[in-house]
Amino acid sequence: MPQIGVDEWVAQSGERRDQGTGWRRVLYELDTRVAWWQRLALAALLGVAFGLTTNNVNLLTVGFTCLLYAILSLGLNIAAGWSGLLDLGYIAFVGFGAYGYALFSSTALGTGGSGGVHLAAFISIPIVMIAGGLVGVLIGLVALRLEGDYLAIVTLFVGQAFVEIVNNVDPGTLGGVNGIYSLDSLHGFSGNVSTPRGLYFVALIVVAVLAWLLHLLDTSRTGRAWRALRDDPLAASAMTIPVNKLKVMAFSFSAAIGALGGALFAAQQGSVFPTNFTESILILIFACLVLGGAGSIAGAIAGGIIVWALEQMLASPTDAGYLFYGLILLTLFLRIRPLWKFFAVLAGIIVFGFVAHAIVGAISSSATAGHPGSSGWIGSAVKNWVIVPHDAIGYGNILFILVIVLVLALIRVEGTARLLLVVPTVYLAACCWESRLIVNPAITTQIMLGVILIVTMAARPNGLLGTRRVEVV
Amino acid sequence: MQVFIQTLVNGLVTGCLYALIALGYTMVYGVLKLLNFAHGDVYMVGAYIGYFVIQWFGGPNHLSIPVPLLIVFMLVIAGLGTGVLGVAIERFAYRPLRDAPRIAPLITALGVSFVLENTVLLLFGGFQRSYNTTDFISDTNGIHIAGAHIDSVEIMIVVLTAVLCYGLVQLVDRTTLGKSMRAVASDREAAEMLGINVDRTIALTFFIGSVMAGVAGVMSGLEFQTISATIGFLAGLKAFTAAVVGGIGSITGAVFGGIFIGMCEAFSLSYISEKYSDLIVFGILIATMLIRPTGIFGRRALQKV
Repeated sequence: MPQIGVDEWVAQSGERRDQGTGWRRVLYELDTRVAWWQRLALAALLGVAFGLTTNNVNLLTVGFTCLLYAILSLGLNIAAGWSGLLDLGYIAFVGFGAYGYALFSSTALGTGGSGGVHLAAFISIPIVMIAGGLVGVLIGLVALRLEGDYLAIVTLFVGQAFVEIVNNVDPGTLGGVNGIYSLDSLHGFSGNVSTPRGLYFVALIVVAVLAWLLHLLDTSRTGRAWRALRDDPLAASAMTIPVNKLKVMAFSFSAAIGALGGALFAAQQGSVFPTNFTESILILIFACLVLGGAGSIAGAIAGGIIVWALEQMLASPTDAGYLFYGLILLTLFLRIRPLWKFFAVLAGIIVFGFVAHAIVGAISSSATAGHPGSSGWIGSAVKNWVIVPHDAIGYGNILFILVIVLVLALIRVEGTARLLLVVPTVYLAACCWESRLIVNPAITTQIMLGVILIVTMAARPNGLLGTRRVEVV
Repeated sequence: MQVFIQTLVNGLVTGCLYALIALGYTMVYGVLKLLNFAHGDVYMVGAYIGYFVIQWFGGPNHLSIPVPLLIVFMLVIAGLGTGVLGVAIERFAYRPLRDAPRIAPLITALGVSFVLENTVLLLFGGFQRSYNTTDFISDTNGIHIAGAHIDSVEIMIVVLTAVLCYGLVQLVDRTTLGKSMRAVASDREAAEMLGINVDRTIALTFFIGSVMAGVAGVMSGLEFQTISATIGFLAGLKAFTAAVVGGIGSITGAVFGGIFIGMCEAFSLSYISEKYSDLIVFGILIATMLIRPTGIFGRRALQKV
């Protein structure tokens, strides 16, 4: 369909570029032919297949958390993605849901560690969601007076204030730093969901139903009005769109879904603590949404799954190794064209490593006396390739700084110089990885997550599945 | 009375530190309309650089140079280090995103903050370190007013903040650089068309803001002594509050807001409750935003930088 006011050839060339050639063309064809409900059904089927075939308890728990993050980023998507309200207090709604569920499913409201309220999940979760939605209305009403970044700031403090409140107010009920623990598992209709597989399926059903409902919402009048509001509030209100009402609605819907996610989180963990709802978790949810593509339902779900899967992979040294070397190979493969140059660089890196190892080993045998941090076949493959001295910590720290400087230099140089610089950079990065980064998986995870955020934003500011949109300035 | 004056002094001192950090937030917001979440971590890096300068000159107990010279070295090295860091962050993280949707640089800023904080954790460990200021600067000298005591470090903080702020105002009002900063702040495209080097102006803005944060880092290290990799977040948040309460984009506002937040914190600490002091500060912020959504100095200050 040629665009109005655009030269026909130009319009069609854009379309041709979108279609691409070869396998991209095939993907494009598939993409245009499959209806949204078919995609949803396919994704749900994949989810069911995963749940039924996997017997590994850890994997099922990881699956549950992936889906939980998908739910949370779906909720955030309503405010931050569709309506363009930068809600940095979203984590407070999640915490509210979790604490609400905890109060209704533990002895917290009783006296002396007994009694309390024990509601069935199908009663307590709707209550928590409605209450969360009402809190969202309150915050939304406050937010009406604020625009853009000021909204971000005030909501950020709402999030911070939530942590302070649950930490300090009424320690008898909310438990202070100790939180609320030994919660009931999800129960109702004389059934009880406590196994990882059961929880996984609960989350899967919630995600599928949410995706369905949100798709209907997205294509409804309200959804269109939200997008109009995001793109230009002034123009939207000139077109008689009730801006204030829509803002409050977006906040309350997003809060209700956040509360639902929080309740599921509390049910799975069996306890809630103030530290579960800090800014770093908010950043993680934002990372999910933005990586997947703000404004897209599929993007929010994919983002949740990818980010948590990455987080889990980085936490295990073997998987982190695969991820690290895999990402380097993939980046080189995608960025270095033609293909023979890629293989030349690869060969260069390998040879460079063995030569460097041999030279350094000949000068001082203690400089190569350490063992690479990787175990398994990666560890034995790189054993005579990377230089790891006996006391690797200080050496690794210096390397880390050096690698950062080299990577920044790589961004600045062009052409052959870049190809030549890639070789030592990758090699030193591998040395640093084996001697230092892999030793502290927790910190490395955070650094990698930060780097992934920065790189994704630079490469695709609209996320993986997000659509490019024109910003009216 | 003694408690009151002591609280006033404490509030003024913390307020000055917040004001210095807030200046960086406010300047960057002025030229880029970007909430630079990494700024609190730049301050933290400044505090670490100051610590290593002390170690470099023999540690708190065996200093090889006179104390005033040491302090000058700390301020200069930390200021330059964080200044360069700020410029590097701008060059490599924010500049590619100049024309991206507004949310993209914000997420990048969160990512940079993550990377900085965890890099420091990786390199220097998660434990706290101490400046041990009392080993080389006696905390008994200074001024006594009505029973309250202001030690020399505190005097230095207040004086230095005043000097830096005065210098900054002069820089923005009187120099060509200040003029181009104001031009970029009010309309980047128009400024570019008039031949102003926008990239250079933005880089220099980051440099100046980060130098202020580095200086604040060293001075808070001297005053409060303990530093760790996580001090950046809360200090950044408070400074941010200061910038917003004063009216983000306004230099006077940032200084006023910083001292205001410092006072609020000090008074709620000594008169109301230690537990709720952060909550009170946040409550004040939210209330201010609701009464004057553009901050106290936000509307009156036409020259947004």
